[in-house]
Amino acid sequence: MSIQNVGQHILHQFDDDLESTRNKVLNMGGLVEKQVENSLLALVNSDSSLAEQVATSDYQVNSMEVAIDEECNHIIALRQPAAGDLRLVVAIIKTITDLERIGDEAEKIGRYAVDLATEERNEMYFSELKLLGDQVKTILRESLDAFARMDVASAFRTAATDKAINKEYDVIMRKLVKSMSEDRASVERGLKVMWCARALERIGDHAKNICEYVIFTVEGKDVRHTSFQQALAEFQEKS
Amino acid sequence: MTIDTPVSDQVFHGKELKKIEDEEICMQCKDFSLFYGAKQALFDITMNIPSSRVTAFIGPSGCGKSTLLRCMNRMNDLVDGVTLKGEMLLRGEDVYGRSVNVTDLRRRVGMVFQKPNPFPKSIFENVAYGLRLQGVSNKREIEDRVEWSLKRAALWDEVGGRLQENAFELSGGQQQRLVIARAIAIQPEVLLLDEPASALDPISTLKIEELIFELKSQYTVVIVTHNMQQAARVSDYTAFLYLGELIEFDATDKLFTNPKEKKTEDYITGRYG
Repeated sequence: MSIQNVGQHILHQFDDDLESTRNKVLNMGGLVEKQVENSLLALVNSDSSLAEQVATSDYQVNSMEVAIDEECNHIIALRQPAAGDLRLVVAIIKTITDLERIGDEAEKIGRYAVDLATEERNEMYFSELKLLGDQVKTILRESLDAFARMDVASAFRTAATDKAINKEYDVIMRKLVKSMSEDRASVERGLKVMWCARALERIGDHAKNICEYVIFTVEGKDVRHTSFQQALAEFQEKS
Repeated sequence: MTIDTPVSDQVFHGKELKKIEDEEICMQCKDFSLFYGAKQALFDITMNIPSSRVTAFIGPSGCGKSTLLRCMNRMNDLVDGVTLKGEMLLRGEDVYGRSVNVTDLRRRVGMVFQKPNPFPKSIFENVAYGLRLQGVSNKREIEDRVEWSLKRAALWDEVGGRLQENAFELSGGQQQRLVIARAIAIQPEVLLLDEPASALDPISTLKIEELIFELKSQYTVVIVTHNMQQAARVSDYTAFLYLGELIEFDATDKLFTNPKEKKTEDYITGRYG
């Protein structure tokens, strides 16, 4: 299943249905990416009005999820997709769930950013969060690229970068625990920073899931909860 | 669980499904080819039909699926100019062997066609006919077997009270189930179904499909169908044929979600042609 293969059905209407749904997923991905980017900008720049805007515009992502879900239901009921087409529809249903959750995490960051903007800044945390945020933006962008092109090699490469994000998250956690135990007055602020870091780490996990759906769509193999290294080795051997 | 053995290979609809190579074999094609005169219609087909399972043949018109089905109980003996190569085995014995009695073979390998073809007799006589041919003369035994067959064919509740009526008074779906009852009355080992539901309405089709599911506990069922969703619904294994060649043969679940061959994928996703 390559992306060129989405088309070429005898029934052209089926091509149009799949293509239109796929495009909506990409639009939703773009919107979610923007939400994440804005939430990070608001956070590191203590921009409370941008933060407010992120926190209140999640409804757009949610309504896109509902609309795409409905289209997928229609495709299943009316077109009875099989094989690669079926895997694509299933992958779309799963992908939009992850995108919606990424939107939720961005909203959370927005809310904490509103609070944090009113408090005293600790530059060290903000630079750590920015570093983590940059990694998360990259994994999200690349996972959406892999989805748009149905590029398995890129999906494998991108999914592997989630490890670095988890490591960075651990580093932030340790620093926060240390500083909160040394300075009790910083606990409230520290917890908010921690929730932001946690939200970013979760976005990385969701992006990794999207990569796994790309692999499932193209290769027909479910690599969740399996040895990722083994799946990668098999793919490399094949190609 | 490794990536080599996804869940779908081991479990299907909540029950264990053996790998095809572990199944007990009922019929076997070995390098089986068929020619209509000089024109070759089947090319070196090699496949095992597993026992007590439903195997579906799918493929576009003219791909040879009905031809292959008809070879399984030698229906093509009646066609002029047919020559065969390779072997067709039933429980290890060559169906085309010199010592094979064709009538006996067709008793063991029954067939149901696209259009219901009841005899112009009563419902009872339709089912009893094969038994009488077999030499069963005990009236009680015949009555019991007719009832058993009609029950197995899920028709007893509808016709049990009017067995002496002419079979032509039944609806198309009922006639097809009557024909299936007639086929199973003589207790064949294999039941060949050639598009058994293509002339029926959706509800009658579902009844036939439910019946096929019931029948496989006792019979090996091979079904030819144009309706891919039907193959997906009723069969355990599916063979995809194209231009007389067997392109892919695998567990139905696997074939419809993740076929190995591009030709299969193109056909089942509606890209063929």
